[in-house]
This record gives sequence, C-alpha cells and structure tokens, in this order.
Amino acid sequence: MTSAAADSPVDGLLATASIVLSLLVAVWALVAAVRHRPPDRVQFAGLAVLEVALLALGVLALVAVGGGDRPGEPGAFYGYLATLVCLPPLAWVLARMEPTRWGSAIVCAVCLVAPVVVVRLQQTWEVLGG
Amino acid sequence: MVETRPARRATNAGPGRLLIAVYLLFAIAATSRAGLQIATKFDEAPVAYLLSALAALIYIVAAVGLARAGHTGRRVALACCSVELVGVVAVGILSVVDKDLFPDETVWSQFGSGYGYIPLVLPVLGLFWLWRTRRDPA
Repeated sequence: MTSAAADSPVDGLLATASIVLSLLVAVWALVAAVRHRPPDRVQFAGLAVLEVALLALGVLALVAVGGGDRPGEPGAFYGYLATLVCLPPLAWVLARMEPTRWGSAIVCAVCLVAPVVVVRLQQTWEVLGG
Repeated sequence: MVETRPARRATNAGPGRLLIAVYLLFAIAATSRAGLQIATKFDEAPVAYLLSALAALIYIVAAVGLARAGHTGRRVALACCSVELVGVVAVGILSVVDKDLFPDETVWSQFGSGYGYIPLVLPVLGLFWLWRTRRDPA
C-alpha cells in the first residue's frame, strides 16, 4: 500500500511514452542534421506533442502531491519538473532561430536530454521508497 | 540546396548555436544543482557547492559571450572556456587523487563523469569553435 514505486505519478505509461517520443524525435532530427536538412514540420510537431505529454506528466505529479503524496527529494523534484517543461520550448525557439542543419542538431540534443530529466524526475520521487 | 557558409564568421550561428544550446542546458543544470545544494545542505560540503556555483556562473557567462558574438563576447567566451577546461581537469584530477576534498559530487568531479563527460568535451569544443571563427568579420 505504501509502495512508492507503484504509486509514483511520474513512472507510468505517460512517462514511458514521453521518453520514447523524445528519443524518436531525437533520431528523426539527427537524420535531418546528417542530411543537411533544417528542422522540418515533423520535428516541430514532435516537440509540440512532447510538450503536451510533459505538461500532462507535470499535472499528474501535482495532482498526486495535492492528494497527499510527496516526492522523496522535493527540491530536486520540482526543479527537474520545471526544467523539463521548458526543454521543448527552448528547442523550438533555438531551432526557429537556426534554419540550417544545426537547428536539427539542437532539436536532437535537447530531445536526448529530456529523457534523462524524466528518469531523474522518477528517481527524485522515489528516494524514500528505495 | 547548397548550404551557404555564413559570410560573417560569427560565433552565434550554425554550429555555434548548438554549442550555445548545450551551454544553456549546462547552465540550467549547474545553477539548479548548486542553488539547491547551497540552500539545503551548505554545511556538508561548502567547497564542492561553491565550486558548483562557480561552474554554473561560468556556463552562463560563456553562453552569453558566445551569443553576443562581438569582440568582447569572444574574449569573454575565450576566458570562460579556458577557465572551464582548467577547472574540469584540475577538479577531475583532485577528485580522483583525494576523494575527501570533494565529499559531494560537483559538475566537474571525476572529469564530469556524472554528466557523460560532456563538461570535459564542452570547453574543448568551445575553444575549437572560437579558433575556427577567429577571423573577425569587421
């Protein structure tokens, strides 16, 4: 009943889907960068969907907190959460500023960082649950 | 079709923009980490946490220097990348030789292994990029 892992709001289907989606966008953007292509619609659409997924993840976490659950390391958890939802917009803005292959490279880099932050989010929630 | 080489050899376009993006990510990571550590458990390892804060500051200033791209910006970026390289190598060596010196992890501990060794690669890329764009546009 107190199993932290099972109750974690950031360790479910949505989190996994976010990680997979982010990595897919990263691969797509990498291919574009290698082929000297600027960021295309697929990349921007991918970033938009990723942002929606991450915001939903954040809402899930806040709902869980509202329901009385607490992250293991609150400071780090909220820090990672705030950073996470800023990543796709950051990639979007920089990619818009750089309509060359390097814009695609930026999208790739940011989409490789996002999954790491999701995993850190899960770790900082579960510290107490082991 | 043909990817035109930027006429101006600015530090804030093309590959430079990717570099700035990565610097921004590290600025965010190091700033939040240092801020949290200093706010919640400064007494545990003051040296390590102050070092994290210094690293964070350097990442921010380097990103701004590269983004500004002017003469001053280049100098600022050059200084930051140099300090960063010296810092990550020195702290890397010290943290391997004498673990007690840094009881808690910093961005630069073990040559930045906690961050995929990117802290070690980043200043080298920064210096290389500054060298590649060394011919001043004006």
